[in-house]
Amino acid sequence: MALTLMKGSEAIAEAAIRAGARYFFGYPITPQTEIPEYMSARMPEVGGCFLQAESEVAAINMIYGAAGTGARAITSSSSPGISLKQEGISYCAGAQLPCVILNVMRGGPGLGNIQASQGDYMQGVKGGGNGDYHLLTYAPASVQEAIDIMMFAFDKAEQYRVPVLFLADGIIAQMMEPVEMPEMVDFKIDPEKKPWACTGWKPGDDPAKRGVINSIYIDTESLTEHNEVLQTVYKEIVANEQKWEYYNTEGAEFIITAFGTVARIAKSAIDELKKEGVKVGLVRPISVWPFPYDAVREAVMADSVKAVLDVELNEGQMLQDVKLAINGAKPIDFFGHYGSQMPTVDEVKAKIISMKEGK
Amino acid sequence: MSQVVFEKTQYLTDKQFHYCPGCNHGIIHRLVAEVIDEMDLDGKVIGVAPVGCSVFAYDYFNCDMYEAAHGRAPAVATGVKRVVGDDTMVFTYQGDGDLASIGTAEIVHAAHRGEKIVTIFVNNAIYGMTGGQMAPTTLVGQKTTTSPRGRDEAWCGAPIRVAEMLAQIPGSYYIERVAVNNTANIVKAKKAIAKAFRYQKEGKGFCLVEVLSTCPTNWGLSPVEAMKWLEENMIPYYPLGVYKDKEA
Repeated sequence: MALTLMKGSEAIAEAAIRAGARYFFGYPITPQTEIPEYMSARMPEVGGCFLQAESEVAAINMIYGAAGTGARAITSSSSPGISLKQEGISYCAGAQLPCVILNVMRGGPGLGNIQASQGDYMQGVKGGGNGDYHLLTYAPASVQEAIDIMMFAFDKAEQYRVPVLFLADGIIAQMMEPVEMPEMVDFKIDPEKKPWACTGWKPGDDPAKRGVINSIYIDTESLTEHNEVLQTVYKEIVANEQKWEYYNTEGAEFIITAFGTVARIAKSAIDELKKEGVKVGLVRPISVWPFPYDAVREAVMADSVKAVLDVELNEGQMLQDVKLAINGAKPIDFFGHYGSQMPTVDEVKAKIISMKEGK
Repeated sequence: MSQVVFEKTQYLTDKQFHYCPGCNHGIIHRLVAEVIDEMDLDGKVIGVAPVGCSVFAYDYFNCDMYEAAHGRAPAVATGVKRVVGDDTMVFTYQGDGDLASIGTAEIVHAAHRGEKIVTIFVNNAIYGMTGGQMAPTTLVGQKTTTSPRGRDEAWCGAPIRVAEMLAQIPGSYYIERVAVNNTANIVKAKKAIAKAFRYQKEGKGFCLVEVLSTCPTNWGLSPVEAMKWLEENMIPYYPLGVYKDKEA
């Protein structure tokens, strides 16, 4: 198939449509505004619905409404807007509504800036909203990978009845790359597959099948029971849905851990260091929840590995998960920038060299 | 031979209401359910419950139901309606803390978009579920647990008149304020609710029926005294009547 040069935001939007999304509710915010712009033009062409909400708060609640009917619904925003969506995301998780949420991360805290960032890792994988819940969370490192993940994101969301979150730094949405766009999936709402959805129950039908989209369980026993259902699902996801990439880990003296665009910078540094005779490998989590703890640990525990360097475009948020994976077995160092100043290949190289020299 | 002369509508479940004695929610629930029943919708109706005293409305209305986050019911209903289209009736059932305070953005913009939904807005001038705090609709001088000296207009403004406000919005189609304090007004309230649902079925636009309601528990009055208080205090500030009807 021929490759097409596409901007990340538009490619992700088109992939969502190809994956069966027909309802988009969103609100403009840089650096993801091209997604709602693209959706506003494209959705009517496929018989879908684009609606610009009055706020991110309203947009995520429109997703709650649309997803409860069994439709494939998606919203996108960037960091401050994702903060506003946290209430609705928690409700979606509580009501077990499958949907897809895109976070094109920008600098923070507060209004921050409009450049790329990875500062919402904690918000995405450690909670964000209230209550004991998780989102199946992916961190793509290229436009093609974002497309490929989108093509199964709704399937996973529906399989487990959880919201899926994309943690993409601003670079993924803003850059252009050659991509292969998959064929359109034929998706229709099927009440048999989604017996929980609001699809037209009437008095006289089986009362157990009445659609009730809800996250309140007022007595302690029923809330406990509901949370046990959620936690059982999360355990299944942890068991089945970890995704990661190994790069040059075989025989490596140092292991770099990084996700998203930063992992590509790390790869360039690894390639240059290889030419200079320094063996460095990369472990790149693709699913950041569930975090691939075992994959990180396995790579790091190889005899050849002396130390680990975690590189991020934040103050070291994923670092905490890397530390949990390694559990003190090997030394860990960190290199990162905040304020959206992307770490450079030279900086990553210099850090590895200084570690090698024992500085 | 016995003959059935009255039956509970099939659009209410058999679940026992949790509402306090004398609360008007029971009457209003029944009116909404009867209207739905009489429209013969064959299951094509979806309701959205709020946060507040009617948070458990999804247990009472016998149709597909949502429970929304506080104030967000109009946004949830928007998401539902955009999927199900004109054939399926979508309604929100919201109190005054939910709709007139935390949910003002959602209700104003649903009206602005001319969202084809019906909103039943129950105004009892107080936060009932949390135990009687001041609402945006609390009357000047009215004592609540967060206005123990009575609502002070200079400090926190005058009560919001929702029906009047939403009637100003070009996208709203039909706005009426009713009360359920006597038989005649209950009959009028049911007619208003029926009209709102009929307009939705005809694909007309945003419809809201504001229903003045009592809260004997948090007003500290008996049910009978509460009805009298509503007549003497609420109706003069919140006059009953049609504020907008594009078809009229």
